[in-house]
Amino acid sequence: MTPFAAIGDPSAIAITFFCLFIAVALGISYWASRRTKTTEQFYAAGHQISGFQNGMALAGDYMSAASFLGIAGLVALYGFDGLIYSIGFLVGWPIVLFLIAEPLRNLGKYTFADVVAYRLKQTPVRMAAAVGTLSVVIFYLIAQMVGAGVLITLMFDIDYALAVALVGTVMLILILAGGMLATTWVQIVKATLLLGGALALALWVLSYFSWNPLELFDSAATDNGEAVLAPGDQVVTGSWDAVSLGLALMFGTAGLPHILMRFYTVPDTKAARSSVNWATFFIGGFYLLTFVLGFGAMALVGKGTITGVDKGGNMAAPLLAQEVGGEPFLGFIAAVAFATILAVVAGLALSGAAALSHDLWVNVVRHGDAPEREQLRVARIATVLMGVTAIVLGIVLEGQNVAYMVGLAFAIAASANFPALLMAIFWRRFTTWGAVASILVGAVSALVLIYISPTIQEDVLGKDDSLFPLKNPALISMPLAFVTGIVVSLLTRDAKAEEKFYEAERRIILGATPKAVPAAAAVAHRRPTG
Amino acid sequence: MTTYESVTGRRTEIQRSAEDERAALDRLAARRLRVALVLTTAMLVVYFTFILLIAFDKSLLGEMITDGLSLGILLGVIVVLSTWVLTWIYVAWANRRYEPAARELRERAQ
Repeated sequence: MTPFAAIGDPSAIAITFFCLFIAVALGISYWASRRTKTTEQFYAAGHQISGFQNGMALAGDYMSAASFLGIAGLVALYGFDGLIYSIGFLVGWPIVLFLIAEPLRNLGKYTFADVVAYRLKQTPVRMAAAVGTLSVVIFYLIAQMVGAGVLITLMFDIDYALAVALVGTVMLILILAGGMLATTWVQIVKATLLLGGALALALWVLSYFSWNPLELFDSAATDNGEAVLAPGDQVVTGSWDAVSLGLALMFGTAGLPHILMRFYTVPDTKAARSSVNWATFFIGGFYLLTFVLGFGAMALVGKGTITGVDKGGNMAAPLLAQEVGGEPFLGFIAAVAFATILAVVAGLALSGAAALSHDLWVNVVRHGDAPEREQLRVARIATVLMGVTAIVLGIVLEGQNVAYMVGLAFAIAASANFPALLMAIFWRRFTTWGAVASILVGAVSALVLIYISPTIQEDVLGKDDSLFPLKNPALISMPLAFVTGIVVSLLTRDAKAEEKFYEAERRIILGATPKAVPAAAAVAHRRPTG
Repeated sequence: MTTYESVTGRRTEIQRSAEDERAALDRLAARRLRVALVLTTAMLVVYFTFILLIAFDKSLLGEMITDGLSLGILLGVIVVLSTWVLTWIYVAWANRRYEPAARELRERAQ
């Protein structure tokens, strides 16, 4: 029996942890189902989540299996290059705090399209924003579902399709029963497990190196060459690749629909601020731990063993857990990985469902005037649609290289969603057609450019060269979306939108509660006196 | 006569308070934007210094400062710490300066 036989040969402990987590998730669903009776509760947990809780939930919503298993694996195999992702995934959070969180909280209701459309014409803007939202959500979901299938197959030795269906079904029960409240608490439980597990694993690793991270890095560099502590060519090949990926990761975070949606769960802007503060603290702390986990796996498990189990290195963290803590710890980390995926797909599916039902059905088809019961019913139908789509795509794309889809989702978020959102909040002259053009050009250019890039042409289709040199399109597609939004806005005129700018500004600062200035006074304000 | 005067008088009062409110809100919004832009610029400078070094001077980041610590890893840790410091500065500013000003305006509006 090899020392690593436990991977793919689940112990009773692993299965116990796994079932325990599913039981907790179902328990939360049951508890939340009795508190989810209105559309507001379904999408925004009734605005009753505290800043600290939302900070945890944001961390749980954001830290995907890609960041836990993927980054630990990249660092274990290539050293420093994996850290480019760790850091890129973190630096968008201050931007979210400074520019987006507060206006979003006070201007919107359930989706970020609420904010883009606040001053503009509802129908065209919401249709464009739904394109931006759904493309981000679908690509992100595919990456998560395929990853989940592979991971659960590897760890518990069950059929791939069954694994995907299991994740999808638990997610559907969770959202249908308990909406945003259940999703939030699963994300909080997941963040606690993931941070606790990663911290315990990191401390365990450091105990082998007299509690000194530098001794660990030195040991990894002695065995694998000092190059592992410096940037190489594994994550970024050309110079501009690094810049383009950096842009996508930083500004993509500020355009992810499932992250933006979480700001509606808190009661006010003060809680919105504190939630980003906590989220940045937890996510930053977690990514610092990935330094230790990745180099720990490199030093203690070794590259050969890691690639022997999974070529992409995704099993580095579980193998490390087994190396230091034996089977019980491996079982725990495996359950944590499952919790990680479930919390992220639930957040994604909920935001996709909100785009379908709140943006497209209620605001476009029904012109913002649908009875409460209908809204809730359509929300649940949209959830089923998202869940089934996720399961079907997950199964159909088995064995496909989908690793690039997370990068693509971030590129679309940075190009289609972020520029329109930013200009809608801060630029008085932004117009309806400026918003529509910016979102569509951002989404389409990101998609087309990635199709003709080495990511698809060389890595997926196996061709020798590609038309477009960059692996990630954000360096071109994001500025293009900004320029399009600005030029089209300047060519068109939206008098109503300009007039409403002050009302929006007022609402960002004061919130929705106080009544607006009486119309008579507003008119008088514009009329010359005398 | 009296009716006309009282109506115009009230109107002027509403008008004046609306103008005051508008000026105060514009000022506060501009203040928040200024702080937000300074901090955003700081974050961009820190992060893109790191990214541009990865892009254009890989060997510099490979310099070893001491055994086990390359300049690249040190800068990576500094970027992480700077996100904490910058978000903390913003939240401290908002709670101490922005929030009381917004609360005052909110109370006046009610």
